[in-house]
Amino acid sequence: MKIEVLGTGCAKCKLMAERAEDAARGMGLAYTLVKVTEYPDIVARGVMSTPGLVVDGVLKCQGTVPTVAAIQALLR
Amino acid sequence: MDTETKGCACDCAAAVPPPPVSSLWARGGWLLVALPAWVGLYRSLKPLADLLAFRVLGLGPGSRLGEAVAFFAFDGPKVLMLLGLVVLGVSFVQTFISPEATRDLLAKRTGAWSNLLASLLGIATPFCSCSAVPLFIGFVRVGVPLGATFSFLISAPMVNEVALFLLWSLFGWRIALLYTATGVAVAFVSGWLIGLLKMERHLEPWVMEIPYEAAAASSTAMGFAQRLELAVQATWDIVGKVWPYVLGGIAVGAFLHGYVPAELLARFMGKSAWWSVPLAVLIGVPLYANAAGIIPIVQVLLAKGAALGTALAFMMAVAGLSLPETVILRKVLRPTLIATFLGVVTLGIVIVGYLFNFLM
Repeated sequence: MKIEVLGTGCAKCKLMAERAEDAARGMGLAYTLVKVTEYPDIVARGVMSTPGLVVDGVLKCQGTVPTVAAIQALLR
Repeated sequence: MDTETKGCACDCAAAVPPPPVSSLWARGGWLLVALPAWVGLYRSLKPLADLLAFRVLGLGPGSRLGEAVAFFAFDGPKVLMLLGLVVLGVSFVQTFISPEATRDLLAKRTGAWSNLLASLLGIATPFCSCSAVPLFIGFVRVGVPLGATFSFLISAPMVNEVALFLLWSLFGWRIALLYTATGVAVAFVSGWLIGLLKMERHLEPWVMEIPYEAAAASSTAMGFAQRLELAVQATWDIVGKVWPYVLGGIAVGAFLHGYVPAELLARFMGKSAWWSVPLAVLIGVPLYANAAGIIPIVQVLLAKGAALGTALAFMMAVAGLSLPETVILRKVLRPTLIATFLGVVTLGIVIVGYLFNFLM
């Protein structure tokens, strides 16, 4: 499973990456986490509010940082 | 779902699991206990602060250090408590709104009306300056006029609802409304002028060239308990992030309160000093602080004899324009457009400052 966190590195983006990591690890998933930090790459996903969460190429969430439990629901 | 937008399959908000205990307590019943407790504590802050400064620490009432400490011990918790309550309420309301919905509302408008609407939507739409670039491109690429995009970008950080309610609780509704109305006016006129100048060619080329397909807005349909949970979470996030700035602002305020004689500020920032408005704005523009952090300083400036227009202009300049934001926007705007943006907004704020000093 490929998890991408879109964001240039503000506090919310770091929190999103941490929580996504916790969520995936808690579920025992085999995953790779990529931080997408360049504007053109973020914008190319159609995202307008960072941080964005993309799972296997599908945008799951933008603008808010869900709880670990909520991210696990998105990863399922 | 619109055909022109690529599906956001899901939703962060809707994915929040329902509270584990579906008791009345978990669904918001705790507010019935928390709110009266908040009011009780808020009302006893003043005696507690005086007790700390003059009894526990034994500082003399009337002494400079004593007054500064008492001011800090009272104002610090007061502003943080107000901020917490305000952010909770606002975050709850914002679970109904998203920047994507604002974009969709603006995409179909043209002319001055689009600037007015964008300035007004800027008040309530959740906005984080770290998203300024993707938001800018998202607006421009779905057909929001460039001028309206600027109106939004100017209004959103300067006139946000947190600033509105904090100003209201500390200075009364007149100043809060005055600040909001003039902030919206500055955003409206500045964006409208930028639109008239037809500066589309001063965007960096990649802004219009990059393949772009807008993602749909996250759905905002959910129940009361979920909204409350998100609001509580957002409150922790925001207050957890801004409290050092707020306390820093109050510490500066406490120092000014205790140590700076009123006449000094009246001389520099009073009505009679005609150059004080442009100077306050020029000092404020490069500074970066959240609106919540600057309000405690403005409170003391006013108490020490600064003119209202000068103080409001200073606050607008600090909250609305900043060096870091300009650097970020440089990624999408060419220097001519950056300079126009800074120039028009700065001028607008200076005019507002003079207007209030003249009228009040």
